[in-house]
Amino acid sequence: MTDPLLSIRDLTIALPKGADRRYAVEDVSYDVERGEIMCVVGESGSGKSMAANALMGLLPKGVRATHGEVIFDGQNLLTLTEKQHRRLRGLRIGMIFQEPMTALNPLMRVGAQIAEVFEAHGQYSAKERQARALALLEEVGIPQPDKAIRAYPFQLSGGQRQRVMIAMALALEPELLIADEPTTALDVTTQAQILELIRDLQQRRGMAVMFITHDFGVVAEVASRVCVMREGRIVELGSADEVLNHPQHAYTRALIEAIPSNLIPQAQSPRQQAPLLEVRDLNKVFRSRGGLFKPAREVVALRDVSFQLAPGETVGIVGESGSGKSTLGRCVVRLERPDSGTLLLSGTDFSALNKSELRRQRWRVQMIFQDPYASLNPRTRVGYAIAQGPMANGVSRRDAMKQAGELLDLVGLGAVAVDRFPHEFSGGQRQRIGIARALALNPELIVADEAVSALDVSIQAQILELLEDLKQKLSLSLLFITHDLRVAAQICDRIIVMQHGRIVEQGSAEAVFLSPQEAYTKQLLDAIPGRATELASA
Amino acid sequence: MSFFARFAQNRGALVGLIILMTIILMAILAPFVFPESPWRMVQRPFLPPMEVEGFPLGTDTMGRNVAAGIMHGAWVSLLIGLVSTSVALMIGVPLGAIAGYYGGLVDDALMRFTEFFQTIPNFALAIVLVAIMQPSITSIVLAIAIVSWPPVARLVRAEFMSLRHREYVEAARLVGQTNRTIILRQILPNTLSPIIVLASLMVATAILLESALSFLGLGDPNVMSWGYMIGAARTVIRQAWWLSFFPGVAILLTVLALNLVGEGLDDALNPKLARERS
Repeated sequence: MTDPLLSIRDLTIALPKGADRRYAVEDVSYDVERGEIMCVVGESGSGKSMAANALMGLLPKGVRATHGEVIFDGQNLLTLTEKQHRRLRGLRIGMIFQEPMTALNPLMRVGAQIAEVFEAHGQYSAKERQARALALLEEVGIPQPDKAIRAYPFQLSGGQRQRVMIAMALALEPELLIADEPTTALDVTTQAQILELIRDLQQRRGMAVMFITHDFGVVAEVASRVCVMREGRIVELGSADEVLNHPQHAYTRALIEAIPSNLIPQAQSPRQQAPLLEVRDLNKVFRSRGGLFKPAREVVALRDVSFQLAPGETVGIVGESGSGKSTLGRCVVRLERPDSGTLLLSGTDFSALNKSELRRQRWRVQMIFQDPYASLNPRTRVGYAIAQGPMANGVSRRDAMKQAGELLDLVGLGAVAVDRFPHEFSGGQRQRIGIARALALNPELIVADEAVSALDVSIQAQILELLEDLKQKLSLSLLFITHDLRVAAQICDRIIVMQHGRIVEQGSAEAVFLSPQEAYTKQLLDAIPGRATELASA
Repeated sequence: MSFFARFAQNRGALVGLIILMTIILMAILAPFVFPESPWRMVQRPFLPPMEVEGFPLGTDTMGRNVAAGIMHGAWVSLLIGLVSTSVALMIGVPLGAIAGYYGGLVDDALMRFTEFFQTIPNFALAIVLVAIMQPSITSIVLAIAIVSWPPVARLVRAEFMSLRHREYVEAARLVGQTNRTIILRQILPNTLSPIIVLASLMVATAILLESALSFLGLGDPNVMSWGYMIGAARTVIRQAWWLSFFPGVAILLTVLALNLVGEGLDDALNPKLARERS
């Protein structure tokens, strides 16, 4: 066997003093062979991106590699000067980032940005650069490449922007491509397309790919070999088949188990009660006021949406970004006012209440928000954040605070958390606080808007477990909004699939998963990363 | 970590606080150290500093004690700075909060009103106001407050506009809190640090404005202020440098101290930043 293309040996990277641990990565060694896809997997803070940053010479200020070497084709990258590094970047090692919108220059045409890559390395004439850029855009499968080359990044969709990024990374035919969470910001169907593109290009060009991700589903899709990292150390390293199907280490097993599985959801007995929430023909259009030079824009967010939710039931609303699922949730809690249609909440028309009446009835529907960092007031102690709901509804401060303590106990944080500020908690703990706040008013219905999307898989599993537990204890009714079908499969009794503001399909979770009726639902299910392998192993 | 410990982590702020405390102490002790009116002529005029015992900073054109003037002046400067800033905040904060929270027509109306004040140069407006109302401590405080509230309103409005769509504000709306409670308990505490920083700068500007007004002879004729001292000494600046130098240093130190303290408060009040540093 020939030497590996990239070989990382005993790499140790020190963090600046005062960080939460001494080393970002410690004694990490792995190889990337020519023509393979090496997946580096880990949760946030595991140091999975650090080795890639080190070999690209992109370590943040104050962070340095103290030990070990990174050998790329016989050259130790850690000892290179900035100038030597620059010659390597782009030319022999390409990189794709997570967020294609911020990685592209918003004020530069796509074609010019790709041409700039050639220019930086002094290759080709100006005309030839344009021709090459066009050929690359064609290769990465952008529709109408001759038009796209003159487009600005904001005129492209997220998936198309990521394709442009890939085109830029591939421009100089690098031998190694580093992809740092390239599909995390994308919808499932787009993610599936991008993964396929990367796999396809890798095979066609015989590149080595170092693929950094937190998602084991993605790993199952693309990896030839896998390296699992935790707190800066390698937990497990081996071929994709070994690691995924016969994980040796307990942490790997836990991670794989924590993936919301897409195995068949349990069949539920149909409920015969009167619906708690009945939504009829809901419509919502967002209009931006036109100005002197811009026409007024209309975005249809909801089109004739109707569904019912029985007491004690969990209904999942699944859709990709722009499907109107969040708008639907915001209409149900009345943060948005629907243009037309009715929202009946156990008989009262929630959409027709006037301001003061609405304020008095708001307690009946509560919401768990997506971002656990933005949904808690940074200057409000946790106890008060929970107690303020009951207090606004006439409960005395003392009783409300006592109840807040009990609720914190219930969500597994302990009543002592009452006097602490939100920044003292981790993301998962904050989400528990958010849940306690939603429960404080004893609502009839809770809307969870992407409540676990911002969390790591293992934390996600814990929060889902907590919700499941609370559902049993308090017989909660939940409207669970998510883009992740795997999550929906875990917690929902019924699933509603939305696309472009319409309901495409609705039915019991079991029916939607096992025998989807609509093409779009099938497409969504097929796009779930790792689904094929998991079903095969099931 | 306690509030003061976080404040003290900023060395500059600590120095500022010490200077400020000294100045406040000067203001408090003035009537005891120099029980006589600072306007009284006590020695021969143009006495240089350290020449005669009991007159460490010399005497002015009329034989008045400069040290006494500085100490009594501290009281006037601080009083005017603090009171006028408080009045300006009382006008600016509610206006900005209401404009930023409600938006739309309310915002339009309030902002046009604010711009009306902003179109006139500050100092010119202050001169006109003091001239109309007759120079007195009250009229000076009012004039300074009236010219300095628009930036407060604009700052508070901008903060409210960016905060009113935060998820925690929406959560508060969802539990049925009234608009008043949301403004006062959810949003306002989160705008405090920029307001406090701006306020500390405003106290400094107010002291400068008062000095400038006194310099032009529009000060309260009954109180000794630093600005008046500099103004009165400007004709003799080449014969008697100390007459304008010492009040000038006093103004410089006060303004500097207030700025340093403001910065320290900003650090200490922002739990997130404070956490990053610790």
